[in-house]
Amino acid sequence: MLILKKSDIASSEITPKETYMNRRAFMTGAAAAGMAAMAGERAMRLAEPGGVEAAETLATVKSPLSTPGLTLTPLEDITHYNNFYEFGVNKGDPAEHAGTLRTRPWTIQVEGLVKQPKTFDIDALLKLRPMEERVYRFRCVEAWSMVIPWAGYSLSEFISACDPLPSAKFVQFDSLADRKQELLPWSAGISWPYQEGLRMDEAMHPLTLLTFGLYGEVLPNQDGAPVRVVVPWKYGFKSAKSIVKVKFVKSQPSTTWNDMAPQEYGFYSNVNPNVDHPRWSQKRERVIGAPIWKQLQPTLMFNGYEDQVASLYAGMDLKKNY
Amino acid sequence: MSRRWIVALKVAAHAACLGPVAWLLWHLYLSATTDPGALGPDPTHTVTFFTGRGTLRLLTITLAVTPVRRLIPKLSWLVRFRRMLGLYAFFYACLHLTTYVWLYAGFSWAAMVDDISQRRFITAGLAAWLMLLPLAATSTTWSIRKLGGKNWNRLHWLTYGAATAGVIHYWWGVKTGVKTPLTITVVLGVLLVMRPVLRWRSARGQRVSELAS
Repeated sequence: MLILKKSDIASSEITPKETYMNRRAFMTGAAAAGMAAMAGERAMRLAEPGGVEAAETLATVKSPLSTPGLTLTPLEDITHYNNFYEFGVNKGDPAEHAGTLRTRPWTIQVEGLVKQPKTFDIDALLKLRPMEERVYRFRCVEAWSMVIPWAGYSLSEFISACDPLPSAKFVQFDSLADRKQELLPWSAGISWPYQEGLRMDEAMHPLTLLTFGLYGEVLPNQDGAPVRVVVPWKYGFKSAKSIVKVKFVKSQPSTTWNDMAPQEYGFYSNVNPNVDHPRWSQKRERVIGAPIWKQLQPTLMFNGYEDQVASLYAGMDLKKNY
Repeated sequence: MSRRWIVALKVAAHAACLGPVAWLLWHLYLSATTDPGALGPDPTHTVTFFTGRGTLRLLTITLAVTPVRRLIPKLSWLVRFRRMLGLYAFFYACLHLTTYVWLYAGFSWAAMVDDISQRRFITAGLAAWLMLLPLAATSTTWSIRKLGGKNWNRLHWLTYGAATAGVIHYWWGVKTGVKTPLTITVVLGVLLVMRPVLRWRSARGQRVSELAS
C-alpha cells in the first residue's frame, strides 16, 4: 500500500482549489465518454492520495430536519480543530496526519443480532438514499461548539437495510484501527479500535445522521471520512468517525470514553447544561471561529434539540444517566 | 558585571517579558479587524494557554536564579533580575486570571463560586495566584526592610508553593493523553530537588574546610 507522509508532499504539489474545480468541470464534460472519465478519475486518485486528494462534491437536497437560523462555522475551523485521537491528541494533529487515511476501498461490516451478517461497500452506501444537507449544532464535551452543514441521510435508513432482529437493543460502532494508516498514539491511553454505541431508539431517531460529507463535499479525512455518524443532541465523542463495523447487541455495549473514565463520560452523554463535567462547567460553551469577545454562549438542553428528543428519555434521571 | 551591562540586560529582560504581551495584543487587534482567525479557531483557549504557560515559565526562571548562582558564583549578579522576573510572573498570572473571569465565567459571580467550589483545577489555579499575591505586595525594598530579611525570605518560599500549585492546576486542566505539562514539571522538579542538594553540598564543603584548618 502506498502511504505518503505529509512531509513527502510539498505544499507546491497540492492542487489549488481553482485548478481541481476546473478539472472537475472538464471531467463532467468527459462523462459522456464514460470509460475515459473513469480511468481519469482513478488516475487522479493515484496522483493525489489521502488528505490532499481533491474533494468530491456531494449533491444534497434540503431537509426539514436541518436546523435553521444558525451561523455556519468556517470550513477552515471545521477541518483544523479536531479531536480524532487516531491521528494524535492535539487539535491540529488530525489535519496534519490524516492524509494517510485511505478511504477506498472501504466497507462497513454488519454483524451481531441481524437476520444475516452483511458487508456494505461505501459506494453502495453513498447511493442507498438521497443525500440531505443537515445543518446541526455540534457540542463537544470540552465545552466548545460549532455549526456544521453535514451531508448524509438518517441512520435509520441504513439500519433498516441491515435487518436487525427484534432482540437488538443497542448498536455499537467500531472506528478504523489500522497502524498502517493511522498513528494510534500510545499516549492517548485508548485501547483501539475506538468504539461508540447508541440505544436502538436513539439510533433510529430521524435526527441521527449517517454522514458522508460536509459543506457539500465528501468528508475531509480529519472529520471522519468516508463515513461516520452524527448525533446532534449528544456530546461530540458519541459521533463515531471512520466507521468500519456496526454490531447489533442485546445489552449496553462498551464505549471508549465511558470505559476509560466513567465518572467523566457517561454512556448517554446527552448535552445537558445542568450536569457539569467534573472538571469544568457545561452551562456555557465557546463558539469556535467567533471573535474572542463573542465566544461565550449558554449551552442548550439536548443541544437545542429538546423538542425532538426529550421523549426518548421520559422518566429517566438524567443526572444519574449522564 | 558593570552597571552599564546590568542596565542593558535589564532593558533586554523587560523586552523579553513584554514581547509576548505585545504579540498577544497585536493579534487581538488583528482578530478584531482584518483577520478574524488571528488567534486560531478557539481564541479563548489560545489566550488562556498563552498566559498560563507564560506564568509558569517565568516562575520557573525566577526559581532557577538561586541554584544557578550557587553553582556558578560568577553569575551572582543574576539576583538583581529575580524580583523583576517574579513580578512579571505575577503580571502574567493576573492576565491569566482575567481571561478566566472574563472569557470563561463571563464576569458572573455565580459561575465563579460554582467553579471554585466544585472544580479542583480552578481551586488549584486560584490558590497559586493567591500565593503570588503577598509576594508581589512585598516586593518593594521598603517591605524587605520592614519585614526583615529572614522573615521576607521565609515568606518568599511561597514561590515554591505557587509553582507547585500552578503545575498541578495545569495537569488537572488538560485532558487525558495530553502530555504538554511534562517539560515544565520536570524542570520545576529538578529545581525543587536542587535546593536541598546544594545546601547539603555547601554545608559539607564548610565542614571539610573547617576540618582542614
